[in-house]
Amino acid sequence: MKKNWPLWEVFVRSKNGLEHRHFGSLHAADETMALENARDVYTRRSEGVSIWVVESKHITASNPQDNGELFEPAQDKVYRHPTFYKLPDELKHM
Amino acid sequence: MSNKEIKNLEEIFNQRIARDEKIEPKDWMPEKYRKTHIRQISQHAHSEIVGMLPEGNWITRAPSLRRKVALLAKVQDEGGHGLYLYSAAETLGISREEMYEQLHTGKAKYSSIFNYPAVTWADMGAIGWLVDGAAIINQVALTTTSFGPYARAMVRICKEESFHQRQGFEILLSLCKGSEEQKAMAQDSLNRWWWPSLMMFGPKDEESPNTEQSMKWKLKRKSNDELRQQFVNQTVPQAKILGISIPDPDLKWNEEKQSYDFGKIDWDEFWQVVKGHGPCNKERMTARVGAWNQGTWVRDAAVAYAEKQSNKNLNKAV
Repeated sequence: MKKNWPLWEVFVRSKNGLEHRHFGSLHAADETMALENARDVYTRRSEGVSIWVVESKHITASNPQDNGELFEPAQDKVYRHPTFYKLPDELKHM
Repeated sequence: MSNKEIKNLEEIFNQRIARDEKIEPKDWMPEKYRKTHIRQISQHAHSEIVGMLPEGNWITRAPSLRRKVALLAKVQDEGGHGLYLYSAAETLGISREEMYEQLHTGKAKYSSIFNYPAVTWADMGAIGWLVDGAAIINQVALTTTSFGPYARAMVRICKEESFHQRQGFEILLSLCKGSEEQKAMAQDSLNRWWWPSLMMFGPKDEESPNTEQSMKWKLKRKSNDELRQQFVNQTVPQAKILGISIPDPDLKWNEEKQSYDFGKIDWDEFWQVVKGHGPCNKERMTARVGAWNQGTWVRDAAVAYAEKQSNKNLNKAV
């Protein structure tokens, strides 16, 4: 038959209160197996309390070549930061 | 892209590396950087996978349940480490199947240490102490390597691997505190594993053609000889604690250098094993290829089941 298992991305929440973080990837035939493999490959030492798996082909990623137009405009928008605003020193709690 | 444009990109790339910036999979990189990384990361992965074989053989023969669970966990870790590394290499555009193919056909190498046989229980100790010890030195140096996915895999691997070395040392410590026969068994395993462990750091610096480029790319942070010296310096005092002697008549402390001088490595043996003529090269590949082939029906069945389930869900949706 010769059909390869697809690639999955694994996200693990290390403890409640924290977000899921990308841990790595693995191959599995379906989502159940992907979860089971993720448990064995990425949480052998109590690294997590929750696992997400998603087939890698469903992830759309930005291209580093577009980094200029995507991220550089933020650099000259200093007015989005609190330090941009000049206020008197005696003003407290702001 | 014109040659000039590529030169320009390469210049920017080199500057990024010089600034200690990490390179991520989708970033532009010179073709040679990509190829070298695929080669090194996949060979590293193969070493983890083949490295399971000499130890797997001893799991059922471990002398106690404590030793057995530890060895089982260690071998399972090695499987896991292979998987981290294979996925790091896959981010560079090579498929898992291609890498397996390269391993199975002998096109890709793995660490030649695993072509030596593990003939006694003491070898489980020596492998943990020396082979994992040498691997840790290599790998700690790689946690700051320039390619992001490789560096991240290394951090995780190093964290997990220190137990491997400690369990190995403990095995030898027990043997050395035991009967004369047990101590002799520990000494014998040190005799057999010492020199191959020194060879794990690769050829001498002057005979390692890739070192300069790898240093520039920060794929390597220390040279083979530097790492080997570090290994000798840290291992000699450990052998003293065990009370067994390192099989090298030329080994002695050099006060001026503040490190150990050691004897000549048999590089002919090293190259023989690399070229496939070690004691177990054939046995290891037969075991590996056999396991892969015998697993074909399982992999196919899993795919068939997944397809059947997803068809069922599709029909339900209609």
